[in-house]
Amino acid sequence: MKKHFVLTIWAAVVTLPLVWAVVSSFKTDAEIFDSPWSLPASPQWNNWSRAWSQASIGKYLFNTVIVVGLALVLTMLLGSLMAYCLARYEFPGNRTIYYTLVAGMLFPVFLALVPLFFVVDNLGMLGTYHGLILVYAAYALPFTVFFLHAFFRSLPTAVAEAAFLDGASHAGVFFRVMLPMARPGLVSVGIFNLLGLWNQYLLPLVLNPDPDRYVLAQGLAALAVSQGYRSDWSGLFAGLVIAILPVLIGYVLFQRQIRAGLTAGAVK
Amino acid sequence: MRHGKYRFLVGAMAAPLALYAIFVISPYVQAFYLAFTDWNGISNEANPVGLANFTKLWSDPLFLAALRNNGLLLLVVPLATIVLALFFSAATRGTRVYRVVYFFPQLLSVAIIAVLWQFVYTPNSGLLNGFLNAVGLSSWKQSWLAEPDLALWCVMAAMIWSAVGFYVVLFSAAMESIPVELMEAALIDGASSGAIFRRITLPLIFESVQVAFIYLGIAALDGFALVQIMTVGPGGPDNSTEVMGLGLWRNAFTYGKFGYASAMGVAMFLLTLSLAALLLRATRREQVELA
Repeated sequence: MKKHFVLTIWAAVVTLPLVWAVVSSFKTDAEIFDSPWSLPASPQWNNWSRAWSQASIGKYLFNTVIVVGLALVLTMLLGSLMAYCLARYEFPGNRTIYYTLVAGMLFPVFLALVPLFFVVDNLGMLGTYHGLILVYAAYALPFTVFFLHAFFRSLPTAVAEAAFLDGASHAGVFFRVMLPMARPGLVSVGIFNLLGLWNQYLLPLVLNPDPDRYVLAQGLAALAVSQGYRSDWSGLFAGLVIAILPVLIGYVLFQRQIRAGLTAGAVK
Repeated sequence: MRHGKYRFLVGAMAAPLALYAIFVISPYVQAFYLAFTDWNGISNEANPVGLANFTKLWSDPLFLAALRNNGLLLLVVPLATIVLALFFSAATRGTRVYRVVYFFPQLLSVAIIAVLWQFVYTPNSGLLNGFLNAVGLSSWKQSWLAEPDLALWCVMAAMIWSAVGFYVVLFSAAMESIPVELMEAALIDGASSGAIFRRITLPLIFESVQVAFIYLGIAALDGFALVQIMTVGPGGPDNSTEVMGLGLWRNAFTYGKFGYASAMGVAMFLLTLSLAALLLRATRREQVELA
């Protein structure tokens, strides 16, 4: 019984701030200031519409979906190709390329930040979708290759050899045989990358200065930081909840796969 | 089978390698060069200044404050998170629903966690003071993020809050791979549950704990997003929440001191690397193998 008491307390600590944010997003500013615990007299749906349009949360969500979606596709395509070549082909430089890629995981992004800003600037990609997409994919590559490299190594060779005997091309074997066989690994690393990219903050903060192109986390943080100047608390709460909601829905639907995917990444 | 092998390899690897070289390798290499220059981003020339940027770091009160604060994060956050996670993963055996709930904050962006916790700490309308009011502890009410002695601890609480669930799931998975017979044998021999945890569970999941220390240690040397969004200044009050990443960001993108900021980046890199090496060494021990 004592055990469940402690466990329930932590469950409350985890959920209470989130539930409180949801409740607050339906209150008026006056109700929020009056008492943080009270329920709204009547749900203020216009907080949500204000956050969506006036505070641009809708636009930020749209930007995030574009950038994260395309970056994820690019990361998975390039990462699986790279991992497959390194895992399944002997060629001079194979080890060097692998270790150079994997070493990328050891360096803090802060070290690259200043030169990266100028690399992106010189390419004219500052504050563009494609600039952010390319940078996201480049920084997600090391872990993706590292994870899938081990995965491709663990797959049996017989199926690919049979396909080669049947006259399949190298690309044909990769796309038709190996990629479908690697599906469980692709799902794990795909979930890992999706969340990692969705939650990026430092890279967009530096490389994406145009408020029209802000991604969700960045836009919300900017709103919260500037909130002292023109305070719209209830709108901010609504924006916060809109930003949390897609993640919560995804988690409810795929919680087992998500937990397995994220922790598999850590133990490797 | 050999036919077209190199054509395929070049075709498959050219794009990812080019992407990686341009956006990852080249910035990292340039950072080591820029750290030894006075580059301000505007002039075309970057004059070599030797070690000047690094010696300046040692007399920069903000950087020293950041070093101290990151050091405190490093002492508190990994240990507190791991102790809580070990306790909860042992206690949630058989009751998975708790783990499902505990894990959720891990999925939120640090930016979102920062905004949420800033609201929690708000003096007049925040959740924390409201809670203290409700349970009759209104004398404990604080303007949490405005107190130099409290602000960093408030940031740490948000950090630990978001991290614990992930390590609960990680440790639980490791604990579930321990054969039940081992536990049963120990119980029959009359071992207390504390002894079972210390002598059997902990040694067998030690690899996961080691991984956790390294990940959390690296996270403790960062802390940028939480501090930049949550705290006043950011980094305040009185530099009490200044962290290295914040100093780097400010020097580069507010003051345009790109050479100096790069030196901070190199310092952060060296600290991260030595921390990882140190933790790996300090926690190295005889592998416990199950026959």
